[in-house]
Amino acid sequence: MKIEKGEKMLKYISKRLAYTLFLILLVSITVFFIFDLLPVDPARLICSKQCTPQIVEANRHKLGLDVPVLEQWWRFIQGLFAGRTYGDGDIAFTCPAPAFGYSYPRHECVTTMIGKAFPVTLSLALGAFALWISVGVSLGILAARKKGKFADRASSVFVLVGTSLPTFITGILVVLFIVLQFNIVNPLELGDWANPFTDPFGWLKAFFFPCATLALSYAATYTRFTRSNVIETSSEDYIRTARAKGLSEKVILRKHTLRAALAPIATIAGLDFAGLLGGAIITEGIFGLNGLGKMSITAVLETYDLPVIVATTLIASTFLVVMNLIVDILYAFLDPRVRQS
Amino acid sequence: MTKFLEVNNLSVGFPTPDGLVKAANNVSYSVDLGETLAIVGESGSGKSVSNLAVMGLHNPINTQISGSAVLNLPTGPVDVITADTEVVRRLRGKVMSMIFQDPMSALHPYYSVGDQIAEAWSLYNEGSKKDGLKRAQQMLDLVGIPAADKRVNEFPHQFSGGMRQRVMIAMALVNNPSLLIADEPTTALDVTVQAQILSLLKDLQKEFNMAIILITHDLGVVAQVADRVSVMYGGQVVESATADQTFYKSIQPYTIGLLDSIPRVDITGSHRLRSIPGQPPSLINLPAGCAFAPRCSFASEVTDNKCRVVEPELVEKRADHFARCHISAEQLLDISASRAGK
Repeated sequence: MKIEKGEKMLKYISKRLAYTLFLILLVSITVFFIFDLLPVDPARLICSKQCTPQIVEANRHKLGLDVPVLEQWWRFIQGLFAGRTYGDGDIAFTCPAPAFGYSYPRHECVTTMIGKAFPVTLSLALGAFALWISVGVSLGILAARKKGKFADRASSVFVLVGTSLPTFITGILVVLFIVLQFNIVNPLELGDWANPFTDPFGWLKAFFFPCATLALSYAATYTRFTRSNVIETSSEDYIRTARAKGLSEKVILRKHTLRAALAPIATIAGLDFAGLLGGAIITEGIFGLNGLGKMSITAVLETYDLPVIVATTLIASTFLVVMNLIVDILYAFLDPRVRQS
Repeated sequence: MTKFLEVNNLSVGFPTPDGLVKAANNVSYSVDLGETLAIVGESGSGKSVSNLAVMGLHNPINTQISGSAVLNLPTGPVDVITADTEVVRRLRGKVMSMIFQDPMSALHPYYSVGDQIAEAWSLYNEGSKKDGLKRAQQMLDLVGIPAADKRVNEFPHQFSGGMRQRVMIAMALVNNPSLLIADEPTTALDVTVQAQILSLLKDLQKEFNMAIILITHDLGVVAQVADRVSVMYGGQVVESATADQTFYKSIQPYTIGLLDSIPRVDITGSHRLRSIPGQPPSLINLPAGCAFAPRCSFASEVTDNKCRVVEPELVEKRADHFARCHISAEQLLDISASRAGK
């Protein structure tokens, strides 16, 4: 019977995986079509001042925009698996697989750009995630246990401040009054990348404040969410049953209340984290971090760099749908009622 | 003679912005090992509230409790109302257990039933988790769950309502408690399942020589299993007697009203079902005099409007038959007999 269950689970996971893959393909096609509809011509943008229709046409060919959208997309997919050469003749650039494209404004393979930007975004997301989960959840539990008392009121002030202050305000305040005031980071070094494995202190110096800034509003939301979940669960009948058994309050909280109260938080946390892996545009902008967020916003607003836009959109959406899958599977492990259906 | 549990003048109040809700008011009852006491009353009559106080399950922050509830243990008497909360906690699950009305929500949805029973067992027994699960399986077998060896690993949502209540009973009895408080254990169940659960409780009582307090508003349930009955109204015990006395010779107008309002197959001839007029009293402002007087059809038989002014005491009107009423037992029986004759 156990094996049968395992097989069923495997079947479910593979079905979901196929569905996820299909979704990612759909997203990639959609990005190509949307870009085709935009009233901007990248071929004209990279044209010099003495622009002639011939040069624009040549640029269009160079950028791979002279073929139908679907073919552009197909070449992109091929490039992902086989690598791709952009342009021809003397000015050809070859990017090895997985080739997300070639950025003419930056004269770099997009894959290389991602390789540089992703560790920054990952550091920011991981650091913020760790901060907001530890602060938000523990503060929420504390507030629920001390409902109506000082700790609860103090935490509700925190929630109010955290949720109402937008990140661009907190970010600027942090930079102005903490980072620069106390001379913690040289303004010129703000946003410099440091490898956490070889230079953990440098990494902390570069990333602590951005992470804290990004984590603030999340921590506030999670505090409120945890508090209400714990309070709600505490009044469940099965908590009274646990008490009637003679369990101590400590065991009831740890084993019975938190188990039920935190399961839904785990799923939301997974999705929030995945959302940040696509890049945190505002925080990266304020602290001058060269992550995926900054990379995509530059490509969208300044350089109309299709390959970069496609790559960042695809990465962000892939993280989301894959995390969705992970969260669903995780929830099945957490809640036996979900496992059945 | 002292009984196993003796509750004396137990009062439970909840302070609210509108005033103190007197949910239980000088409640006294007792139950001995091997005996079943049924506590009967409508919603809000204080039957659950007083028993939750016995279990020590009220939140001390928003509850005022006075009086005493003494457990006469072999090691000596313990008053659970005044005892240290930690002492009372160590009695819960071991000496006294409780099962609840809604078995659908009383079990933790995330743990298997075996885990939940084993958890209760391991609180008071030395042994591995495996021993606990083995014991859980024994208990499930005992309460009549088929294929207990398989079902011990299943989760509450995989059980029907009746089966879940059996799981609750198994969990409550895993440490052989001397007192089981069953708070409307069959209210949420089908009638056929109700009968099964009640006879199961009866059988287990014989096996373990337990005292059972059965809280219910269902007189049919009371007739099936109770040795003694305490009827509660407005936070007070209004009548206390053996089950037979209560059903056939009740000397309290509220109890008589309750019995008149249910169909009975043991009385020959036709009789009309009568409802009790009016609403239960507000527990914040209890009426002066007898709490039942505004709804009582006998109050007019008493001179000087006494029922509305003087609160009657719970007195022994006949041998081992206590009632709270200004009218004497004989007079009450006469009046109700003549009314039934009409």
